[in-house]
Amino acid sequence: MTTSVFDIWVYLSARPLLWLTATLIAYVIADAIAEHFNRPAILNPVPMAAGALIIILSVSGTPFSTYFEGAQFIHFLLGPATVALAVPLFQHIGPVRRNLLPMAGALVAGSLTAIMTAMGVAWALSLPLPVIISIAPKSVTTPIAMGIAETLGGIPTLAAVLVILTGILGATLVTPLLNLLRIKDYAARGFAVGIAAHGIGTARAFQVNEMAGAFAGIAMGLNGALTAFLLPLLLWLVL
Amino acid sequence: MIQALALLLGSQLAGEAVVRFLGLPVPGPVIGLVLLLGLLFVRPATANFLKPVTDVILKNLSLLFVPAAVGIIQHLGLLGEYGLQILLALTVSTIVAMAVSALVFVGLSRLMKRRGGAEKSAP
Repeated sequence: MTTSVFDIWVYLSARPLLWLTATLIAYVIADAIAEHFNRPAILNPVPMAAGALIIILSVSGTPFSTYFEGAQFIHFLLGPATVALAVPLFQHIGPVRRNLLPMAGALVAGSLTAIMTAMGVAWALSLPLPVIISIAPKSVTTPIAMGIAETLGGIPTLAAVLVILTGILGATLVTPLLNLLRIKDYAARGFAVGIAAHGIGTARAFQVNEMAGAFAGIAMGLNGALTAFLLPLLLWLVL
Repeated sequence: MIQALALLLGSQLAGEAVVRFLGLPVPGPVIGLVLLLGLLFVRPATANFLKPVTDVILKNLSLLFVPAAVGIIQHLGLLGEYGLQILLALTVSTIVAMAVSALVFVGLSRLMKRRGGAEKSAP
């Protein structure tokens, strides 16, 4: 009796190895495509790789839980990667110290704008209140956004989806937008994308310029803290 | 490379422990970042062996978001009938927030330079 291709598939598709490898390959291809076209913002490797994997999972009827058994090893690295931000931060501490006032101003203005415009548009389009609350923390990292949504009467899982979508939007729009506004300072560019588009925006910043990445990382951290503090206050004022 | 990984994970572990111990409302890795930054100030040479590893991680930070991005298929149904409105709200808000952040940053930075220049040129 010979083992058929189908049997091999059944065996492998249930192992972490297959989906771990598939995630790496999808990313390597997506990144190579982006590199080939000189990394235009529109060709962001995150949606390209995730889109391909989503298609593969749907076609093969693989549940997400099976996929994540392999992909969790990559997902886990988000923790050490956050710690790793200390190194570029340390190396660009000079520009960071010189820009404390611009950072503070941009943080408060950007954080408030992100929250209020999201809620304002959602409200104007007459979305239900739990959805409006889930949109509000969309610019901060997933764990913080989910926590905020849960405490304030939003839908945590919806908040998580909106965070990812916002990150992809921000990382895709940042370069054309800031070119249009003629902003050349990499500190300002990185800081802006870090505020509006958290880690996925920071990832984009690191692919363009290390100093932009360092500032994006700081902005992401500060906006997470500020949003967690501001949003309950704002909701209390508005509602 | 292994030293660098051990130091990164060790910082994260210490960060998680501090968060649990003090009941802080921030993620453990963020405290890990602060602890590692403190260590770098005390021993700047640590950056030399960390740098090659952190460079690789941070240059490929996008990879680490792929599993979470794939995860949105589970919940796309949540967007449901409001999908278009939600997408519009996200797009408008993200554009305006980035523009405002960058413009305020650059504006304040110019203001500081002008003042700094004025002070220097004063007799």
